[in-house]
Amino acid sequence: MSSRDLILGRVRRATADIRDDDTPYERAVDRSYLREHGERTPAQTVALLAENLADYRAVVHRCAADALPATLAGLLAARGSGTVVVPEGLDGAWLAESEVTRVADRATGTAHELDAVDSVVTACAVAVAETGTIVLDASPDQGRRRITLVPDHHICVVRVPGQVVSSVPQALERLDPARPLTWISGPSATSDIELDRVEGVHGPRTLEVVLVDDASQGVPPSSGEHVARLA
Amino acid sequence: MSGTFVGMPAFPVAAQEAVHDSTLRGNLRHATHTIRAKREKAVAEVSDWAALREAGKQIKDHTLRHLDRYLVQLEEAVTAAGGVVHWAADADEANRIVTALVRMTGETEVVKVKSMATQEIGLNEALEAAGIHAYETDLAELIVQLGKDRPSHILVPAIHRNRGEIRDIFAREMGEWGRPAPEGLTDTPAELAEAARLHLREKFLRAKVGISGANFMVAETGTLVVVESEGNGRMCLTLPETLISVVGIEKIVPSWRDLEVFLQTLPRSSTAERMNPYTSMWTGTKDGRAGEDDGPGTFHLVLLDNGRTDTLADEVGRQALRCIRCSACLNVCPVYERAGGHAYGSVYPGPIGAILSPQLRGTGSEIDASLPYASSLCGACYEVCPVAIDIPEVLVHLRERIAEGGPATRDGNRVLLKPAKGHAAERAAMRAARWAFSHPGALRGGQRLASRTRRFHPRTLPGPGRAWSATRDLPEVPAESFRDWWQRTRGGKDVTK
Ligand code: SF4
Repeated sequence: MSSRDLILGRVRRATADIRDDDTPYERAVDRSYLREHGERTPAQTVALLAENLADYRAVVHRCAADALPATLAGLLAARGSGTVVVPEGLDGAWLAESEVTRVADRATGTAHELDAVDSVVTACAVAVAETGTIVLDASPDQGRRRITLVPDHHICVVRVPGQVVSSVPQALERLDPARPLTWISGPSATSDIELDRVEGVHGPRTLEVVLVDDASQGVPPSSGEHVARLA
Repeated sequence: MSGTFVGMPAFPVAAQEAVHDSTLRGNLRHATHTIRAKREKAVAEVSDWAALREAGKQIKDHTLRHLDRYLVQLEEAVTAAGGVVHWAADADEANRIVTALVRMTGETEVVKVKSMATQEIGLNEALEAAGIHAYETDLAELIVQLGKDRPSHILVPAIHRNRGEIRDIFAREMGEWGRPAPEGLTDTPAELAEAARLHLREKFLRAKVGISGANFMVAETGTLVVVESEGNGRMCLTLPETLISVVGIEKIVPSWRDLEVFLQTLPRSSTAERMNPYTSMWTGTKDGRAGEDDGPGTFHLVLLDNGRTDTLADEVGRQALRCIRCSACLNVCPVYERAGGHAYGSVYPGPIGAILSPQLRGTGSEIDASLPYASSLCGACYEVCPVAIDIPEVLVHLRERIAEGGPATRDGNRVLLKPAKGHAAERAAMRAARWAFSHPGALRGGQRLASRTRRFHPRTLPGPGRAWSATRDLPEVPAESFRDWWQRTRGGKDVTK
């Protein structure tokens, strides 16, 4: 007998005492927990996101849409970055004012090459206010997972309020499980040495989040397409 | 290999040694109290905690009830997304599968994310025996591995080590394994972390094979989830060409939506954070996903039984399979706080270890038979558990079975256990009872709490601190009596630091 059959057989015998229950799964679990915690206006939700991101030691900036290129240029210059890795689908205008040498996110690029790059700039799929989290789904404007991992400095642009949700349940609704997802809450951290928190063991030691105002343009959330695909 | 620490003495003996180790006790006390206080705050932030806890319990119970169906659904989803699913009935089989998979790649080095399942099966040792070096990449696991040591806590495995010791281990051992520690390394946590970063980065960037566990597997979509802080998980999950994940069959949740419960309860229970720094979710391989070239091209999922179906067969004990390994129960446990993780002689320490290890491995060994006695039955573990596992209930149940014998399932077969006459467990219980009776204050505390547990049986002797207190070396035991501790912490006046 294969181990598969062995294990499945053992499971069936182990649960033989439990009476059959045909409740469909949608009704099997009491979901009376909250979809979000508290009532907030969109502006308050964005403020909460900023607060919680900062609380977990991300550096938060806010700017209007037309100020984004200057803001990014300023951040890269302040950091002294010479090179920045850029996902294929990133809006070209975003880095139009930066002098920094751009490195494309190529499948053939090696991890060692990435290790030599100073910074990375990406968009995101959704941001979660209650937990101070940004989620990347490897869409063209976010790139492969490794580009936000190997360089030591990550700048992530979040369009607010369109890309911001309140809670974890709302974020999952917007995401497509078929895509590789990375949820990021603050920079990499460890508390393994006497519980002293140290930022940046393996991931970027500096995470900067730019909240860019998209309200004026009425941009829909970029992940709308994923919702459609899920349904 | 069963994952039993070979030659491990029974809990009372191991604990006796531990309570004499003042470094260990000091560190543990600091750690558990700090995390405990933070956790209360993090939990208080979500007003629907009770509802989330109940939902978590129901999701897991439902999954366990229909585990066969969900395992098959998961297998289909993972396969459809380009992954390969393997089934391992026990530790040996899992180790053989993983060893063969690594051999197929032609590599002799793998990077590993901290994983309790691979520790449980002794995978690193099995790989080593096959000439394959497995590098642990979690900072704490690195400290443990370089120190040729064992983890003592689920969440902070090297909590028994001070910064000075860590510095010495790094300075002495890193060169043996790869990039040596920088000259003049001091013991500041930032410098130590930097040394680990450089040492491990060299390995990450060249690694062709990564090995992980998973916190959750979604049956509906075939998605695996790894929750972590440092980024070593992301490194192992995305940089290598081949990814092998070894996961206990109980780690399934039926639907994508179920993650909304556990992604809220796990970080808050575990590290007392709103959310852990990194969570990775992936489904199959890059080739299984259209229009994308991200991450490993080969993905193997090894589904591990190793005693889980036997645990599932026990109608009281099966609830232990709901565990999401948050470690909250360790941090509130007065016995764990004094005895430390090593005394439990298994990869699962603390209250959850006391009920999970003897079920996964059976109660044939001294250590396993004594574990259900490693508790004061105070009930704090049940109260904090985010999936509401009634640990005291299972402890009492297992004690009954050890003391009186009874039906159990081993390797899928129903067996009738004989009462453990003169068994170490019983001796430990007797010793603990003597201690408790000579310290009426402690006994009062213990009885009051013990009476809260359902199915309490008079033959299972109540009493706090039982096994660890078997030393009866009282001046060494708490500066504060158990009863005082209890009153202080339960009175909500827990001043830590
Ligand atoms: S038993 Fe409960 S509290 Fe303990 S580790 Fe498991 S889930 Fe957490």
